[in-house]
Amino acid sequence: MDIPYVVHPRPDTGLYNAKLGIWLFLASEVMLFGALFSSYILLRIGAPAGTWPHGLLNIPIGTVNTLVLITSSITVVLAWASLKLNQFDRFKKFQAATLILALMFVGIKSFEYHDKFTHYEVVMMDGNVADGHLVEKTDEHVTLKHVQVFPLGEGNAWDHQGEHKEELRIERSQIKKMENYGPWHNTYLAIYFTLTALHALHVIGGAIVIGYLWGPGSKMWKTDPERFTNRIEVSGLFWHFVDLVWIFLFPVLYLL
Amino acid sequence: MSGHDHHDIKASVRRYVLVFVALIVGTVLTVGAYYIHLPSVALTVAVAMFIASVKAFLVAGFFMHLISEKKMIYGILASTAFFFTGLMYLTVWAHGQAPPGTVYLGASPAASQSEAAHKAQH
Repeated sequence: MDIPYVVHPRPDTGLYNAKLGIWLFLASEVMLFGALFSSYILLRIGAPAGTWPHGLLNIPIGTVNTLVLITSSITVVLAWASLKLNQFDRFKKFQAATLILALMFVGIKSFEYHDKFTHYEVVMMDGNVADGHLVEKTDEHVTLKHVQVFPLGEGNAWDHQGEHKEELRIERSQIKKMENYGPWHNTYLAIYFTLTALHALHVIGGAIVIGYLWGPGSKMWKTDPERFTNRIEVSGLFWHFVDLVWIFLFPVLYLL
Repeated sequence: MSGHDHHDIKASVRRYVLVFVALIVGTVLTVGAYYIHLPSVALTVAVAMFIASVKAFLVAGFFMHLISEKKMIYGILASTAFFFTGLMYLTVWAHGQAPPGTVYLGASPAASQSEAAHKAQH
């Protein structure tokens, strides 16, 4: 027996199965990201005055990534429109562009993550803090570049306080504590990595589905074009949701 | 597909391009507002969230076709909005129930403690 309403909409709801399914799924996704956004708000308003970091993220890079994701949103919707206009070749081109943009987004995000994982805060025995990017780490010493040095408890790196040094070599014997800017470093980075990594997983998941429908899955266009067009619409709805989440993540994490 | 449908889709494509341009402008405005340093944090947050909400409306309304969707989708989203609002209210409520001594952003510890003491009395 064939499953009903996989192509044509059910008369009473006006929806085919996959469209109803994706909207129910997106509703659950709203609650997932909503829980994390509310966690962010709670952490932010609960943070003592002056302790919430600002300027830790690179705004031009974040802006470029926002533009990349917005552009991928229009290529997705234009790919769907191309199928509606019976232009399969144009669909292939637009979705290829979407996949390239998705790869760009993940690539840029990886670059940002790498920047944080090589950014170190070193508390020294003399009571000073050296904050900079790792050049070299051996058993004997650690070398940082673009370093700020300030007394422990009297400043922080994101306020650009303290003495600036282009490069600083610190002997291991002089290091009391050393930690990179991973999610364990402070509350802000914990929620930043949680939110952006979950979002990046959605980008990767969406790209895999779009990639399948662009490659082997596109054979369905020859046998059942309407059903294939529905699949592209549903994958597009997910992709737009991913864009929607980033529209709020960008100002919240990078600008505020 | 009929010629009429083709005409509709072509009109939609023009609309998608306009929405895309609006989203780019919105992004530039959001970043621009950050760099011009608005007079208060509250205003900065309000401007950024307003622009983000307009952009979200454009994506959901036009790219996701919510402007002209079926009633069942609106029903699903209305229930989502209800629970999402409840979730956010829990956050505000939890903030109001913070234990004495909690230091709030922008408030001195003394002010926060007196606020907590005031709450404890009532």
